Amino acid sequence: MSASAAMTNRKKTSLWAMLIIVLAILVLPLTGYLYVSVTDQPTAVEQTNPRADTWRQVREGNKGYTAVTGQETNVLIQGAGQNWRQLRNGPIATYGAWLLSGVLVILAAFYLLRGEVKLNHPRTGRTVERWTLNERRLHWTTATLFILLAITGLSLLYGRYALIPLLGYPGFSAYATAAKWIHNVLGPVFMVALFIILIKWFKQNLFTKVDIQWFKDFGGMIGDKHPSAGKFNGGEKLWFWTLASAGVALCFSGLILDFPNFGQERFVIIVAHLIHILTAMLLMAFSLGHIYIGTIGTEGALEGMTTGHVDVAWAEQHHDLWLKELEQQEQNPKH
Amino acid sequence: MARMKFLCDAERCIECNACVTACKNEHEVPWGINRRRVVTIDDGIPGEKSISVACMHCTDAPCQAVCPVDCFYTTADGVVLHDKDICIGCGYCFYACPFGAPQYPQEGAFGARGKMDKCTFCAGGPEEDNSVAEVEKYGRNRLAEGKLPLCAEMCSTKALIAGDGDIVADLFRSRVVRRGGRPDNWGWATAYKD
Repeated sequence: MSASAAMTNRKKTSLWAMLIIVLAILVLPLTGYLYVSVTDQPTAVEQTNPRADTWRQVREGNKGYTAVTGQETNVLIQGAGQNWRQLRNGPIATYGAWLLSGVLVILAAFYLLRGEVKLNHPRTGRTVERWTLNERRLHWTTATLFILLAITGLSLLYGRYALIPLLGYPGFSAYATAAKWIHNVLGPVFMVALFIILIKWFKQNLFTKVDIQWFKDFGGMIGDKHPSAGKFNGGEKLWFWTLASAGVALCFSGLILDFPNFGQERFVIIVAHLIHILTAMLLMAFSLGHIYIGTIGTEGALEGMTTGHVDVAWAEQHHDLWLKELEQQEQNPKH
Repeated sequence: MARMKFLCDAERCIECNACVTACKNEHEVPWGINRRRVVTIDDGIPGEKSISVACMHCTDAPCQAVCPVDCFYTTADGVVLHDKDICIGCGYCFYACPFGAPQYPQEGAFGARGKMDKCTFCAGGPEEDNSVAEVEKYGRNRLAEGKLPLCAEMCSTKALIAGDGDIVADLFRSRVVRRGGRPDNWGWATAYKD
Protein backbone atom coordinates (compact mmCIF):
# COMPACT_ATOMS: atom_id res chain seq x y z
CA MET A 1 0.00 0.00 0.00
CA SER A 2 2.64 2.46 0.99
CA ALA A 3 4.54 1.60 -2.15
CA SER A 4 1.56 2.48 -4.32
CA ALA A 5 0.97 5.66 -2.30
CA ALA A 6 4.58 6.61 -2.95
CA MET A 7 3.97 5.86 -6.62
CA THR A 8 0.98 8.22 -6.87
CA ASN A 9 2.97 10.83 -4.98
CA ARG A 10 5.80 10.55 -7.46
CA LYS A 11 3.33 10.75 -10.35
CA LYS A 12 1.83 13.86 -8.83
CA THR A 13 5.24 15.41 -8.40
CA SER A 14 6.31 14.65 -11.94
CA LEU A 15 3.00 15.98 -13.27
CA TRP A 16 3.53 19.23 -11.40
CA ALA A 17 7.11 19.39 -12.53
CA MET A 18 5.93 18.89 -16.09
CA LEU A 19 3.34 21.65 -15.76
CA ILE A 20 5.87 24.04 -14.28
CA ILE A 21 8.35 23.30 -17.05
CA VAL A 22 5.70 23.89 -19.75
CA LEU A 23 4.65 27.10 -18.04
CA ALA A 24 8.25 28.19 -17.82
CA ILE A 25 8.76 27.45 -21.50
CA LEU A 26 5.78 29.62 -22.30
CA VAL A 27 6.46 32.45 -19.91
CA LEU A 28 10.23 32.77 -19.70
CA PRO A 29 10.72 34.01 -23.27
CA LEU A 30 8.19 36.73 -22.55
CA THR A 31 10.40 38.19 -19.85
CA GLY A 32 12.25 39.85 -22.68
CA TYR A 33 9.34 42.25 -22.88
CA LEU A 34 9.57 42.88 -19.17
CA TYR A 35 13.28 43.52 -19.49
CA VAL A 36 12.70 45.95 -22.35
CA SER A 37 9.89 47.78 -20.58
CA VAL A 38 11.96 48.15 -17.43
CA THR A 39 15.14 49.20 -19.21
CA ASP A 40 13.38 51.19 -21.90
CA GLN A 41 14.93 54.47 -20.96
CA PRO A 42 16.97 56.78 -23.14
CA THR A 43 20.29 55.05 -23.34
CA ALA A 44 23.56 56.89 -23.49
CA VAL A 45 24.49 58.67 -26.73
CA GLU A 46 25.13 56.05 -29.38
CA GLN A 47 28.66 55.73 -30.48
CA THR A 48 28.84 55.93 -34.25
CA ASN A 49 31.69 55.28 -36.55
CA PRO A 50 33.24 58.72 -37.17
CA ARG A 51 34.37 57.71 -40.64
CA ALA A 52 30.88 56.52 -41.52
CA ASP A 53 29.60 59.88 -40.24
CA THR A 54 31.91 61.69 -42.64
CA TRP A 55 30.60 59.78 -45.62
CA ARG A 56 27.01 60.11 -44.45
CA GLN A 57 27.52 63.88 -44.42
CA VAL A 58 28.86 63.68 -47.94
CA ARG A 59 25.94 61.57 -49.10
CA GLU A 60 23.52 64.14 -47.68
CA GLY A 61 25.14 66.74 -49.90
CA ASN A 62 26.83 68.65 -47.08
CA LYS A 63 29.26 71.23 -48.25
CA GLY A 64 32.96 70.98 -47.76
CA TYR A 65 35.77 73.28 -48.74
CA THR A 66 37.36 73.53 -52.13
CA ALA A 67 39.90 75.88 -53.64
CA VAL A 68 38.20 75.54 -57.01
CA THR A 69 35.71 78.29 -57.72
CA GLY A 70 32.49 77.61 -59.58
CA GLN A 71 28.95 76.52 -58.95
CA GLU A 72 28.59 74.15 -55.99
CA THR A 73 32.15 72.92 -56.42
CA ASN A 74 32.31 72.28 -52.67
CA VAL A 75 29.59 69.62 -52.89
CA LEU A 76 31.02 66.16 -53.47
CA ILE A 77 27.83 64.36 -54.35
CA GLN A 78 24.39 65.56 -55.31
CA GLY A 79 21.54 63.09 -55.10
CA ALA A 80 18.62 65.05 -56.51
CA GLY A 81 19.85 64.69 -60.08
CA GLN A 82 19.27 60.96 -60.14
CA ASN A 83 15.69 61.42 -58.93
CA TRP A 84 15.20 64.10 -61.54
CA ARG A 85 16.51 61.82 -64.24
CA GLN A 86 14.18 58.99 -63.16
CA LEU A 87 11.15 61.29 -63.07
CA ARG A 88 11.88 63.12 -66.31
CA ASN A 89 12.86 60.13 -68.41
CA GLY A 90 10.31 57.84 -66.78
CA PRO A 91 6.81 58.85 -65.74
CA ILE A 92 6.88 62.45 -67.01
CA ALA A 93 8.00 61.59 -70.54
CA THR A 94 5.74 58.54 -70.68
CA TYR A 95 2.56 59.94 -69.19
CA GLY A 96 3.14 63.30 -70.85
CA ALA A 97 3.09 61.64 -74.24
CA TRP A 98 -0.01 59.67 -73.25
CA LEU A 99 -1.73 62.82 -72.00
CA LEU A 100 -1.14 64.85 -75.15
CA SER A 101 -1.93 62.05 -77.58
CA GLY A 102 -4.90 61.04 -75.42
CA VAL A 103 -6.36 64.55 -75.61
CA LEU A 104 -5.87 64.57 -79.39
CA VAL A 105 -7.62 61.21 -79.74
CA ILE A 106 -10.50 62.31 -77.50
CA LEU A 107 -10.92 65.53 -79.50
CA ALA A 108 -10.86 63.62 -82.79
CA ALA A 109 -13.41 61.14 -81.47
CA PHE A 110 -15.55 63.98 -80.16
CA TYR A 111 -15.45 65.71 -83.53
CA LEU A 112 -16.46 62.52 -85.31
CA LEU A 113 -19.31 61.78 -82.89
CA ARG A 114 -20.64 65.23 -82.09
CA GLY A 115 -19.34 67.22 -85.00
CA GLU A 116 -19.17 70.97 -85.08
CA VAL A 117 -21.51 72.80 -82.72
CA LYS A 118 -23.66 74.57 -85.32
CA LEU A 119 -25.52 77.82 -85.03
CA ASN A 120 -29.11 77.03 -84.08
CA HIS A 121 -30.51 80.08 -85.80
CA PRO A 122 -29.43 81.36 -89.18
CA ARG A 123 -26.98 84.23 -89.21
CA THR A 124 -28.69 87.57 -88.79
CA GLY A 125 -26.08 89.52 -90.71
CA ARG A 126 -25.82 91.90 -87.83
CA THR A 127 -22.56 91.67 -85.92
CA VAL A 128 -21.27 92.90 -82.59
CA GLU A 129 -17.69 93.61 -81.65
CA ARG A 130 -16.29 90.83 -79.44
CA TRP A 131 -12.56 91.55 -79.35
CA THR A 132 -10.93 94.89 -80.05
CA LEU A 133 -7.90 95.07 -82.32
CA ASN A 134 -5.56 95.33 -79.32
CA GLU A 135 -7.18 92.36 -77.65
CA ARG A 136 -6.74 90.31 -80.80
CA ARG A 137 -3.12 91.37 -81.12
CA LEU A 138 -2.56 90.37 -77.52
CA HIS A 139 -4.26 87.01 -78.00
CA TRP A 140 -2.41 86.09 -81.18
CA THR A 141 0.95 87.25 -79.85
CA THR A 142 0.51 85.09 -76.77
CA ALA A 143 -0.83 82.19 -78.82
CA THR A 144 2.05 82.30 -81.31
CA LEU A 145 4.61 82.47 -78.51
CA PHE A 146 2.86 79.62 -76.69
CA ILE A 147 2.97 77.38 -79.74
CA LEU A 148 6.62 78.20 -80.47
CA LEU A 149 7.55 77.53 -76.85
CA ALA A 150 5.54 74.30 -76.81
CA ILE A 151 7.19 72.97 -79.96
CA THR A 152 10.72 73.91 -78.89
CA GLY A 153 10.12 72.60 -75.37
CA LEU A 154 8.71 69.30 -76.59
CA SER A 155 11.69 69.00 -78.93
CA LEU A 156 14.03 69.02 -75.95
CA LEU A 157 12.03 66.30 -74.21
CA TYR A 158 11.10 64.02 -77.10
CA GLY A 159 13.43 65.14 -79.92
CA ARG A 160 16.02 62.56 -78.98
CA TYR A 161 13.52 59.81 -79.73
CA ALA A 162 11.40 61.45 -82.42
CA LEU A 163 13.66 63.83 -84.36
CA ILE A 164 17.16 62.32 -84.28
CA PRO A 165 16.03 59.40 -86.49
CA LEU A 166 14.65 62.00 -88.92
CA LEU A 167 17.29 64.73 -88.86
CA GLY A 168 20.37 62.81 -87.80
CA TYR A 169 22.63 63.87 -84.93
CA PRO A 170 24.18 67.01 -86.48
CA GLY A 171 20.85 68.07 -87.97
CA PHE A 172 18.95 67.71 -84.74
CA SER A 173 21.78 69.39 -82.83
CA ALA A 174 21.56 72.44 -85.11
CA TYR A 175 17.79 72.52 -84.69
CA ALA A 176 18.02 72.02 -80.92
CA THR A 177 20.55 74.86 -80.61
CA ALA A 178 18.05 77.15 -82.32
CA ALA A 179 15.18 75.68 -80.29
CA LYS A 180 17.03 76.31 -77.03
CA TRP A 181 17.77 79.89 -78.06
CA ILE A 182 14.17 80.54 -79.15
CA HIS A 183 12.82 78.98 -75.97
CA ASN A 184 15.15 80.97 -73.71
CA VAL A 185 14.56 84.30 -75.45
CA LEU A 186 10.83 84.06 -76.14
CA GLY A 187 9.99 82.65 -72.72
CA PRO A 188 10.21 85.97 -70.89
CA VAL A 189 8.33 87.70 -73.74
CA PHE A 190 5.53 85.16 -73.38
CA MET A 191 5.51 85.88 -69.67
CA VAL A 192 4.93 89.59 -70.28
CA ALA A 193 2.12 88.87 -72.76
CA LEU A 194 0.51 86.38 -70.39
CA PHE A 195 0.64 88.82 -67.50
CA ILE A 196 -1.02 91.54 -69.58
CA ILE A 197 -3.81 89.07 -70.41
CA LEU A 198 -4.21 88.06 -66.79
CA ILE A 199 -4.49 91.66 -65.64
CA LYS A 200 -6.68 92.83 -68.52
CA TRP A 201 -9.26 90.05 -68.34
CA PHE A 202 -9.09 89.40 -64.61
CA LYS A 203 -12.42 90.98 -63.56
CA GLN A 204 -14.49 89.43 -66.32
CA ASN A 205 -13.15 85.98 -65.46
CA LEU A 206 -14.29 85.83 -61.83
CA PHE A 207 -16.59 82.83 -61.48
CA THR A 208 -20.31 83.51 -60.96
CA LYS A 209 -23.36 81.34 -60.31
CA VAL A 210 -24.11 81.25 -64.02
CA ASP A 211 -20.94 79.24 -64.57
CA ILE A 212 -22.11 76.39 -62.33
CA GLN A 213 -25.05 75.77 -64.65
CA TRP A 214 -22.71 76.13 -67.62
CA PHE A 215 -20.54 73.28 -66.38
CA LYS A 216 -23.60 71.18 -65.49
CA ASP A 217 -24.74 71.45 -69.10
CA PHE A 218 -21.21 70.70 -70.37
CA GLY A 219 -21.13 74.14 -71.94
CA GLY A 220 -23.70 73.07 -74.50
CA MET A 221 -21.16 70.81 -76.11
CA ILE A 222 -23.05 67.68 -75.16
CA GLY A 223 -26.80 67.75 -75.54
CA ASP A 224 -28.95 70.54 -76.95
CA LYS A 225 -28.89 72.92 -74.02
CA HIS A 226 -27.57 76.44 -74.33
CA PRO A 227 -26.30 77.43 -70.91
CA SER A 228 -26.06 81.14 -70.24
CA ALA A 229 -22.73 82.89 -70.25
CA GLY A 230 -21.36 86.40 -70.02
CA LYS A 231 -18.49 87.63 -72.15
CA PHE A 232 -16.45 84.68 -70.90
CA ASN A 233 -18.17 81.33 -70.45
CA GLY A 234 -17.30 78.81 -67.75
CA GLY A 235 -14.80 76.99 -69.94
CA GLU A 236 -13.00 80.17 -70.90
CA LYS A 237 -12.83 81.15 -67.24
CA LEU A 238 -11.40 77.75 -66.35
CA TRP A 239 -8.73 78.26 -69.05
CA PHE A 240 -8.06 81.73 -67.64
CA TRP A 241 -7.56 80.42 -64.11
CA THR A 242 -5.43 77.53 -65.32
CA LEU A 243 -3.22 80.12 -66.98
CA ALA A 244 -3.32 82.27 -63.86
CA SER A 245 -2.11 79.37 -61.70
CA ALA A 246 -0.21 76.80 -63.75
CA GLY A 247 0.79 79.42 -66.30
CA VAL A 248 2.29 81.70 -63.68
CA ALA A 249 4.12 78.74 -62.09
CA LEU A 250 5.35 77.85 -65.56
CA CYS A 251 6.69 81.37 -66.09
CA PHE A 252 8.47 81.67 -62.76
CA SER A 253 10.01 78.20 -62.92
CA GLY A 254 11.10 79.11 -66.45
CA LEU A 255 12.88 82.21 -65.19
CA ILE A 256 14.82 80.10 -62.68
CA LEU A 257 15.96 77.86 -65.53
CA ASP A 258 16.60 80.71 -67.95
CA PHE A 259 19.03 82.69 -65.81
CA PRO A 260 21.81 80.45 -64.52
CA ASN A 261 23.94 83.54 -63.97
CA PHE A 262 22.41 83.95 -60.51
CA GLY A 263 24.04 80.67 -59.45
CA GLN A 264 20.90 78.97 -58.15
CA GLU A 265 21.69 75.53 -56.82
CA ARG A 266 21.00 72.35 -58.73
CA PHE A 267 18.28 71.31 -56.31
CA VAL A 268 16.38 74.55 -56.99
CA ILE A 269 16.89 74.14 -60.73
CA ILE A 270 15.67 70.55 -60.63
CA VAL A 271 12.52 71.42 -58.69
CA ALA A 272 11.90 74.33 -61.07
CA HIS A 273 12.37 72.03 -64.04
CA LEU A 274 9.85 69.53 -62.70
CA ILE A 275 7.31 72.30 -62.06
CA HIS A 276 8.03 73.71 -65.52
CA ILE A 277 7.53 70.44 -67.35
CA LEU A 278 4.41 69.41 -65.41
CA THR A 279 2.63 72.75 -65.78
CA ALA A 280 3.67 72.88 -69.44
CA MET A 281 2.10 69.47 -70.05
CA LEU A 282 -1.11 70.59 -68.34
CA LEU A 283 -1.27 73.81 -70.35
CA MET A 284 -0.50 72.09 -73.65
CA ALA A 285 -3.23 69.54 -73.03
CA PHE A 286 -5.67 72.31 -72.11
CA SER A 287 -4.62 74.45 -75.07
CA LEU A 288 -5.49 71.64 -77.46
CA GLY A 289 -9.04 71.73 -76.14
CA HIS A 290 -9.08 75.54 -76.35
CA ILE A 291 -7.86 75.46 -79.96
CA TYR A 292 -10.39 72.78 -80.89
CA ILE A 293 -13.37 74.67 -79.45
CA GLY A 294 -12.20 77.95 -80.93
CA THR A 295 -11.74 76.58 -84.46
CA ILE A 296 -13.44 73.48 -85.87
CA GLY A 297 -15.42 72.72 -82.73
CA THR A 298 -17.79 75.69 -82.85
CA GLU A 299 -19.30 77.35 -85.86
CA GLY A 300 -18.60 81.08 -85.91
CA ALA A 301 -16.23 81.14 -82.92
CA LEU A 302 -12.99 81.81 -84.76
CA GLU A 303 -14.23 84.91 -86.55
CA GLY A 304 -14.52 86.65 -83.18
CA MET A 305 -10.76 86.41 -82.74
CA THR A 306 -9.88 87.05 -86.40
CA THR A 307 -12.25 89.82 -87.52
CA GLY A 308 -13.14 90.92 -84.04
CA HIS A 309 -16.84 90.70 -84.76
CA VAL A 310 -19.34 87.90 -84.22
CA ASP A 311 -22.82 87.41 -85.57
CA VAL A 312 -25.63 88.32 -83.19
CA ALA A 313 -27.04 84.79 -83.62
CA TRP A 314 -23.73 83.35 -82.38
CA ALA A 315 -23.61 85.79 -79.48
CA GLU A 316 -27.20 84.95 -78.53
CA GLN A 317 -26.44 81.22 -78.54
CA HIS A 318 -23.09 81.22 -76.76
CA HIS A 319 -22.83 84.42 -74.75
CA ASP A 320 -26.43 85.57 -74.18
CA LEU A 321 -25.77 87.56 -71.02
CA TRP A 322 -22.93 89.44 -72.69
CA LEU A 323 -25.20 90.30 -75.66
CA LYS A 324 -27.87 91.59 -73.25
CA GLU A 325 -25.25 93.72 -71.57
CA LEU A 326 -24.23 95.16 -74.91
CA GLU A 327 -27.83 95.93 -75.81
CA GLN A 328 -28.39 97.67 -72.48
CA GLN A 329 -25.28 99.75 -73.01
CA GLU A 330 -26.56 100.72 -76.41
CA GLN A 331 -29.85 101.91 -74.91
CA ASN A 332 -28.26 104.09 -72.27
CA PRO A 333 -24.79 104.89 -73.51
CA LYS A 334 -23.47 106.46 -70.34
CA HIS A 335 -19.92 105.25 -70.69
CA MET B 1 38.83 45.24 -72.45
CA ALA B 2 39.69 47.11 -69.33
CA ARG B 3 36.96 48.99 -67.53
CA MET B 4 38.54 52.29 -66.57
CA LYS B 5 37.82 53.67 -63.12
CA PHE B 6 38.97 56.45 -60.84
CA LEU B 7 39.52 55.96 -57.14
CA CYS B 8 40.59 58.54 -54.61
CA ASP B 9 42.00 57.18 -51.36
CA ALA B 10 40.72 59.57 -48.71
CA GLU B 11 43.34 58.30 -46.25
CA ARG B 12 46.07 59.52 -48.58
CA CYS B 13 44.76 62.66 -50.27
CA ILE B 14 46.53 65.68 -48.80
CA GLU B 15 44.55 68.33 -50.68
CA CYS B 16 47.57 69.57 -52.62
CA ASN B 17 45.43 70.24 -55.72
CA ALA B 18 48.23 69.05 -57.99
CA CYS B 19 45.73 66.87 -59.87
CA VAL B 20 43.62 69.96 -60.58
CA THR B 21 46.62 71.88 -61.82
CA ALA B 22 48.00 69.00 -63.86
CA CYS B 23 44.65 68.54 -65.58
CA LYS B 24 44.31 72.21 -66.41
CA ASN B 25 47.81 72.32 -67.81
CA GLU B 26 47.70 69.09 -69.76
CA HIS B 27 44.44 69.90 -71.52
CA GLU B 28 44.72 73.67 -71.57
CA VAL B 29 41.26 73.88 -70.10
CA PRO B 30 39.73 77.35 -70.54
CA TRP B 31 39.64 79.87 -67.73
CA GLY B 32 36.84 79.25 -65.26
CA ILE B 33 36.53 75.57 -66.06
CA ASN B 34 37.92 72.87 -63.81
CA ARG B 35 37.56 69.29 -64.88
CA ARG B 36 38.81 68.12 -61.49
CA ARG B 37 38.54 69.56 -58.01
CA VAL B 38 39.51 68.60 -54.48
CA VAL B 39 36.84 68.84 -51.80
CA THR B 40 37.68 68.72 -48.11
CA ILE B 41 35.04 67.60 -45.63
CA ASP B 42 35.29 68.93 -42.05
CA ASP B 43 38.08 71.23 -43.14
CA GLY B 44 40.27 72.20 -40.21
CA ILE B 45 38.62 69.74 -37.82
CA PRO B 46 40.52 66.63 -36.69
CA GLY B 47 39.56 63.77 -38.99
CA GLU B 48 39.09 65.98 -42.05
CA LYS B 49 38.97 64.09 -45.32
CA SER B 50 39.85 65.24 -48.80
CA ILE B 51 38.67 63.74 -52.05
CA SER B 52 39.70 64.59 -55.56
CA VAL B 53 36.67 64.36 -57.81
CA ALA B 54 36.01 64.63 -61.53
CA CYS B 55 33.78 62.76 -63.94
CA MET B 56 33.65 59.20 -62.63
CA HIS B 57 32.71 57.71 -66.02
CA CYS B 58 29.63 56.00 -64.60
CA THR B 59 28.34 52.68 -65.86
CA ASP B 60 24.77 53.92 -66.28
CA ALA B 61 25.68 57.55 -66.75
CA PRO B 62 22.91 60.01 -65.77
CA CYS B 63 24.33 62.67 -68.12
CA GLN B 64 23.97 60.29 -71.01
CA ALA B 65 20.40 59.44 -70.01
CA VAL B 66 19.11 63.02 -69.84
CA CYS B 67 21.00 64.57 -72.79
CA PRO B 68 18.33 65.92 -75.18
CA VAL B 69 20.64 65.58 -78.20
CA ASP B 70 22.21 62.26 -77.17
CA CYS B 71 25.80 63.52 -77.49
CA PHE B 72 27.39 61.11 -75.00
CA TYR B 73 28.93 57.75 -75.75
CA THR B 74 30.81 55.17 -73.71
CA THR B 75 34.03 53.84 -75.16
CA ALA B 76 35.08 50.18 -75.07
CA ASP B 77 37.19 51.12 -72.03
CA GLY B 78 34.11 52.28 -70.14
CA VAL B 79 35.05 55.95 -70.51
CA VAL B 80 32.10 58.33 -70.90
CA LEU B 81 32.86 60.89 -73.62
CA HIS B 82 30.79 63.46 -75.46
CA ASP B 83 30.67 65.13 -78.83
CA LYS B 84 31.02 68.91 -78.55
CA ASP B 85 29.78 69.36 -82.11
CA ILE B 86 26.44 67.90 -81.03
CA CYS B 87 26.23 69.42 -77.50
CA ILE B 88 23.85 72.40 -77.26
CA GLY B 89 24.84 73.58 -73.77
CA CYS B 90 21.45 73.04 -72.17
CA GLY B 91 22.86 72.18 -68.74
CA TYR B 92 20.84 68.99 -68.21
CA CYS B 93 23.93 66.82 -67.68
CA PHE B 94 25.03 69.15 -64.90
CA TYR B 95 21.62 68.84 -63.21
CA ALA B 96 21.72 65.05 -63.42
CA CYS B 97 25.37 64.38 -62.56
CA PRO B 98 25.93 63.29 -58.93
CA PHE B 99 29.56 64.46 -59.04
CA GLY B 100 29.12 67.94 -60.52
CA ALA B 101 31.43 67.01 -63.40
CA PRO B 102 29.97 68.91 -66.39
CA GLN B 103 31.24 72.47 -66.75
CA TYR B 104 30.23 75.19 -69.19
CA PRO B 105 32.05 78.18 -70.57
CA GLN B 106 29.82 81.22 -70.33
CA GLU B 107 28.61 82.21 -73.74
CA GLY B 108 26.51 85.33 -74.07
CA ALA B 109 24.43 87.23 -71.60
CA PHE B 110 22.67 85.96 -68.46
CA GLY B 111 25.04 83.04 -67.99
CA ALA B 112 23.99 81.32 -71.22
CA ARG B 113 25.96 78.10 -71.38
CA GLY B 114 28.38 77.18 -74.11
CA LYS B 115 29.31 73.64 -75.02
CA MET B 116 29.87 71.38 -72.06
CA ASP B 117 33.36 70.42 -70.98
CA LYS B 118 34.29 67.64 -68.60
CA CYS B 119 36.99 65.14 -67.71
CA THR B 120 37.67 62.76 -70.60
CA PHE B 121 39.80 60.29 -68.61
CA CYS B 122 42.51 61.75 -70.85
CA ALA B 123 40.80 60.00 -73.75
CA GLY B 124 39.88 62.95 -75.99
CA GLY B 125 36.71 62.89 -78.04
CA PRO B 126 35.24 61.50 -81.24
CA GLU B 127 37.84 63.12 -83.51
CA GLU B 128 40.95 61.34 -84.72
CA ASP B 129 43.31 60.57 -81.83
CA ASN B 130 45.43 63.59 -80.93
CA SER B 131 44.41 65.50 -84.04
CA VAL B 132 44.46 69.29 -83.75
CA ALA B 133 40.65 69.34 -83.57
CA GLU B 134 40.57 66.80 -80.77
CA VAL B 135 43.24 68.54 -78.72
CA GLU B 136 41.53 71.89 -79.13
CA LYS B 137 38.10 70.63 -78.08
CA TYR B 138 38.87 67.93 -75.53
CA GLY B 139 42.56 68.21 -74.62
CA ARG B 140 45.19 65.54 -75.04
CA ASN B 141 44.40 61.90 -75.65
CA ARG B 142 46.82 60.09 -73.36
CA LEU B 143 44.90 56.83 -73.44
CA ALA B 144 45.55 56.57 -77.18
CA GLU B 145 49.27 56.85 -76.38
CA GLY B 146 49.05 54.04 -73.85
CA LYS B 147 49.24 56.41 -70.88
CA LEU B 148 46.82 56.80 -67.98
CA PRO B 149 45.19 60.06 -66.83
CA LEU B 150 47.78 62.61 -65.78
CA CYS B 151 46.04 63.60 -62.55
CA ALA B 152 46.51 60.10 -61.16
CA GLU B 153 49.87 59.49 -62.78
CA MET B 154 51.45 62.41 -61.02
CA CYS B 155 49.62 62.26 -57.67
CA SER B 156 52.38 62.60 -55.09
CA THR B 157 50.78 60.39 -52.44
CA LYS B 158 49.22 58.05 -54.99
CA ALA B 159 45.85 58.83 -53.43
CA LEU B 160 44.23 59.19 -56.82
CA ILE B 161 44.40 56.00 -58.83
CA ALA B 162 43.11 55.59 -62.36
CA GLY B 163 43.09 52.63 -64.67
CA ASP B 164 41.60 49.20 -65.15
CA GLY B 165 38.95 48.86 -62.44
CA ASP B 166 40.11 45.38 -61.39
CA ILE B 167 43.71 46.47 -60.90
CA VAL B 168 42.61 49.64 -59.10
CA ALA B 169 40.43 47.56 -56.78
CA ASP B 170 43.22 45.06 -56.09
CA LEU B 171 45.67 47.83 -55.34
CA PHE B 172 43.24 49.53 -53.01
CA ARG B 173 42.32 46.27 -51.32
CA SER B 174 45.95 45.50 -50.55
CA ARG B 175 46.32 48.97 -49.03
CA VAL B 176 43.28 48.48 -46.82
CA VAL B 177 44.45 45.02 -45.72
CA ARG B 178 47.86 46.40 -44.79
CA ARG B 179 46.68 49.43 -42.88
CA GLY B 180 43.47 47.97 -41.46
CA GLY B 181 40.12 49.70 -41.21
CA ARG B 182 37.36 49.80 -43.70
CA PRO B 183 37.70 50.61 -47.36
CA ASP B 184 36.45 54.00 -48.47
CA ASN B 185 36.19 53.50 -52.19
CA TRP B 186 34.30 56.71 -52.34
CA GLY B 187 31.77 57.15 -55.17
CA TRP B 188 31.98 53.60 -56.46
CA ALA B 189 28.53 52.60 -55.25
CA THR B 190 27.09 55.57 -57.13
CA ALA B 191 29.19 55.36 -60.26
CA TYR B 192 29.85 51.72 -61.04
CA LYS B 193 27.42 48.85 -61.36
CA ASP B 194 29.97 46.27 -62.50
